[in-house]
Amino acid sequence: MGDNAQQKERIRGGVAQALEHDSAIKHVTGQAVYVDDIPEPQGTLHIAVGSAAAAQGKITRIDLVAVKASPGVICVLTADDIPGLNDVSPTHTHDDPVLVADRVNFFGQPVFAVAAETFAQAKAAARLGIVECDADEPVLTIDQALTKDYLISADHVMARGDAAAGIEAAANQLSGQMEMGGQDHFYLEGQASMAVPLEDGDVLIHCSTQHPSEVQHNIAHVLDRPANAVTVEVRRMGGAFGGKESQAAQWAALAALVAVKTGRAAKCRLDRDDDMSLTGKRHELAGTWRVGYDNDGRISAADIEMATRCGNSKDLSDAISDRAMFHLDNAYYLDQVRILCKRMRTDTVSNTAFRGFGGPQGMMIGERMIESVARAVGKDPLEVRKLNFYGDQGRNQTPYHMQVEDFVLPEMIAEIETSSDYWQRRKEITAFNADSPVIKRGLALTPVKFGISFTTTFLNQAGALIHIYKDGSILLNHGGTEMGQGLFLKVAQVVAEEFQTDVDRIKITATNTGKVPNTSATAASSGTDMNGMAAMIAARTIKRRLIAFACNQYKVDETDVEFIPNQVRIGNQVVDFDDLVGQAYLNRVQLSATGFYRTPKIHYDRETASGRPFYYFAYGAAVSEVAIDTLTGENRVLAVDILHDVGQSLNPAIDIGQIEGGFIQGMGWLTTEELWWDDKGQLRTHAPSTYKIPTFGDRPDRMAVKLWEKGRNVEATIHRSKAVGEPPLMLAMSVFHAISDALSSLDGYRSVPELDAPATPERILMAAAKLKAGG
Amino acid sequence: MTIESRSTVRFLLGWSPVELDVNDSNQTLLQYLRDQARLKGTKEGCAEGDCGACTVVVGEVIDGEVCYRAVNACILFLPAMDGKHILTVESVADDTLHPVQQAMVDLHGSQCGYCTPGIINSLLTLHLNKSAVDRQSLDDALIGNLCRCTGYGPIIDAAEKACATDISSAWAARIATAGGQLLAWSQEQNYLAIETTNGPYLAPKTSDQLARVLADHPDATLVAGATDVGLWVTKLGRTLNPLISLGEVADLKSIRVTDTHLDLGAGVTYSEAHAALAEISQSLGELVRRIGSRQVRNSGTVGGNIANGSPIGDMPPALIAMGASVQLRSEQGVREIPLESFFIAYGKQDLKPGEFVERVFVPRSVDTLRCYKISKRFDQDITAVLGAFHLKIEDGMVVSARIAFGGMAGTPLRASECETRLIGKPWNMETVDAAKHALDKDFDPMTDMRASAAYRTLVARNLLERFYLETQNPQVPLELANRSWLGGLTHG
Repeated sequence: MGDNAQQKERIRGGVAQALEHDSAIKHVTGQAVYVDDIPEPQGTLHIAVGSAAAAQGKITRIDLVAVKASPGVICVLTADDIPGLNDVSPTHTHDDPVLVADRVNFFGQPVFAVAAETFAQAKAAARLGIVECDADEPVLTIDQALTKDYLISADHVMARGDAAAGIEAAANQLSGQMEMGGQDHFYLEGQASMAVPLEDGDVLIHCSTQHPSEVQHNIAHVLDRPANAVTVEVRRMGGAFGGKESQAAQWAALAALVAVKTGRAAKCRLDRDDDMSLTGKRHELAGTWRVGYDNDGRISAADIEMATRCGNSKDLSDAISDRAMFHLDNAYYLDQVRILCKRMRTDTVSNTAFRGFGGPQGMMIGERMIESVARAVGKDPLEVRKLNFYGDQGRNQTPYHMQVEDFVLPEMIAEIETSSDYWQRRKEITAFNADSPVIKRGLALTPVKFGISFTTTFLNQAGALIHIYKDGSILLNHGGTEMGQGLFLKVAQVVAEEFQTDVDRIKITATNTGKVPNTSATAASSGTDMNGMAAMIAARTIKRRLIAFACNQYKVDETDVEFIPNQVRIGNQVVDFDDLVGQAYLNRVQLSATGFYRTPKIHYDRETASGRPFYYFAYGAAVSEVAIDTLTGENRVLAVDILHDVGQSLNPAIDIGQIEGGFIQGMGWLTTEELWWDDKGQLRTHAPSTYKIPTFGDRPDRMAVKLWEKGRNVEATIHRSKAVGEPPLMLAMSVFHAISDALSSLDGYRSVPELDAPATPERILMAAAKLKAGG
Repeated sequence: MTIESRSTVRFLLGWSPVELDVNDSNQTLLQYLRDQARLKGTKEGCAEGDCGACTVVVGEVIDGEVCYRAVNACILFLPAMDGKHILTVESVADDTLHPVQQAMVDLHGSQCGYCTPGIINSLLTLHLNKSAVDRQSLDDALIGNLCRCTGYGPIIDAAEKACATDISSAWAARIATAGGQLLAWSQEQNYLAIETTNGPYLAPKTSDQLARVLADHPDATLVAGATDVGLWVTKLGRTLNPLISLGEVADLKSIRVTDTHLDLGAGVTYSEAHAALAEISQSLGELVRRIGSRQVRNSGTVGGNIANGSPIGDMPPALIAMGASVQLRSEQGVREIPLESFFIAYGKQDLKPGEFVERVFVPRSVDTLRCYKISKRFDQDITAVLGAFHLKIEDGMVVSARIAFGGMAGTPLRASECETRLIGKPWNMETVDAAKHALDKDFDPMTDMRASAAYRTLVARNLLERFYLETQNPQVPLELANRSWLGGLTHG
């Protein structure tokens, strides 16, 4: 690139610009179309599901006479009506039936589906079904499952050295435990699919899913048709957060079954209560640790045992439990280490992916362990955190034997320590607490190191498709899905940068399995990394052809062709981009290309639990200050400072939005969001009246979010950016630990309070009462 | 019946009048908007009035003035829109985006966009009403709009930016025209009485008419703001037939002030009652502010909160502690009873067939009153424990005590053992300790998804201690969020 004035003029919407979301105007005017808003073909049917009132047991009677006779009912389906495989398991484990046939495995598990002329008629009819079963005592909690050794799959261990011996050899030992609850995704748009029947018995599904290819393949199996008979399209989702990765397929399959059976379009949309009762959530996790450390608080050995609550089927629980193990270390070097994770079966809805995918739970155990060591040696937890950070050779290998090569946390922590005025505030808070018997304040700085890549290596592939039409307008398509995270915009910015055209010239189109096949879920924070790269590769293919054409047409060298804003300089001529495209078309240059990307360098051997599962790590740090009321347990987050590393940002506005939103969502998980089942196994927190995600008033008064200015990915990712979807959620660990810090003040900071997550007012008050009573 | 009635529902939708035969009295406004009017911008997020995705702006005439308020469309029955003006997200922009829309775009206030139409409408209401935009009033206005993506910061910024702009002349003109139509409708004497496939929907305009209509239909469900009754349809799948609306009964909407009492019509919403209640007691005002969300307070009524007899309604414990009474009315006449005797048992109120709650009398003079609401989430949550303490302390002695709790029993209930341990005793920690433990005799709370019995018991005791500490005017801080701790406030 030259330095002349003309080239400093920039296109609208190239990389690094803080552009507004591509659908922002449609959002604010109500014109953005979600699945339930698509104009319904005439005669569209609406689907509701029915079940037994029991958490588990063999089905003894199904009587659907009243359902069939109910007004508006067109068809009723049971497992017998499924022509193909009655399974939508994401890993083909045959334990996620579309409609369960013999045995109910969780409360509300669909046994039949009813399609009627209206949604209200379908719901009313579904209530009339009679399903009886021999209900057994359900296993609901991790503890109950551990007692019965009720497992969903085999235990897995990651280890290095001899943890037990290391702990005994250390100067000090301690042990501890913690449990944390799950989390409902509470995307504002519930699960929704509309199936439109096509000729040949094919079907087109409009689906709110992060994983159109999986929905496509699962429906093909259910219908007993090849994958090419099923097309899945996703324009946008009203939030997803992992909840529409594997959990969308069942409802899409029901819509497809009804559409194929009746020849009418069919919609399956879950209302809030069904959505929360019938779809999976973040895994609850319980962990215990035993750790050896020196008198400074430096850990030399750790032995951790964790157990996840997987629910009634495998779903993605193995990968999620593994990711909890991968993140137990967070930012800390554990020399002799053993990490075990048991995967417990419970008679509850099958838990699934949720932003962080087990990572947050594992990290919480690791952070709690650090916190307990800090209290034991009487130091500020921040000092002990820094002491245990990964470091140079000899202190840079993870428990899964990967070298940490991009560890930027010490520099980031130093920066945020200063910008948040950590030590001065620490002094003020200690002084405040000394004179304040009821209200206690707490402060915590916690880091995040989060591994980027699907740990199932083959998933790290992506495709894109770009057309340039002969008028110079560009159509962009790729396998990533838009759930609000701004992926479509970021990828469009990448393409705009390549062609040096304004981003407005690029039409962003719905993800469609007919355009880009065999895609991976938009998950693991990888959407932009992979689809952005695939789109860049596709754009470069077309660009190469245009350059070759220009060289030939204008008799210049390749080096004399340069894409400048909305134009192309060819030798000493400047041609409009449209003109060059038009000329290329007339000269029979192919103006369409696909791009394909697979993440380099990664490999992992699960047998030996070693390898390089992650291409790189994303980093961040947060300082949170809270106040708690030791008479009621009520609490407030007062102030938050965040410094986060997104590498070189593709769009700082989008990235900051991800960080703030992720933080608040993580804060909800660790404070107010509590899932509560009754002893029959029925979830009683299945709507916003009972399940409390953060609202406006929960946002801290002071919240300073900064992108780390020095951030630059050491790996050759798309424009040296870093993934941002999941890592910021874990910044909210600082809130939990600040609450813990406030509680610790009750015993002079001598111990870590017994505090499980979410830290509801009840848990805080009970922990406070215990500390006041002398532990 | 001699009263003139009308059988079609009419309202302004956007900027156009609509006249409609309603087929189903139980149809919600949201169902109408999405399925019949094909206005898909308004979303269903929860169908229980707790997420705000369906927020629309409704204009109506109250005391001869046109008022615009944000409400949840998912639990309002369509016929309740009679004579009103409905603004949905589709009617907000004209040739250009409205300032609230432009600010949301410019400041990145939307991510997935699903909650955005509801947020736009809450912001539009703020803008139309030229409301203050400090952090507290923004929270109050927006707390009923859940967003799962943004973390709210950019929306707060957008609200501040947009609300600094004036209402455009085009908007003012449109609103004035719409207001003229609403006022014209409000002058008409006839009331809405429609037959639908789900039975009659009747909306009398006076208490006399209401008493008569209820005598004719003693099995009818009475509905005011539908913030509770609406859920019987959307969540429990019930059909309410017949349905009698209290929303148009003018005298039920009156607020009168006597020498001794605040006299609230049962149809007065929390929003309308807020200022008058806050004048009696700041703590009571703060309690009202924390009931539901702005949308819920704009629809829900003080009378409804009493009449439905919920054990976790927020107003009854406070009103019982204050010594409020209710006036019940039927064709047979009127009777007044203390509020505490209205609640007989869980789900059972002292209400005879054909009788309705007409007015609530709230004493204007209180001694020391504190109302504490404990919930999992601070704002817009259903109460786990509500403690209302009303004590008279003279010369260090407790002269009188009225203490009532919600969430501790099947009904809102006085803590009589606790009161006994206080009255006539010196107001000190020793007395408080004894009284705290007397609460165990008053209550045997349950464990549910909101709190365990153990927590409820412990927190109820501690609330008495907190009350004591507050009356001691201590130097120690007792408030969670004192914004002075933080120095300057910033966000973003």
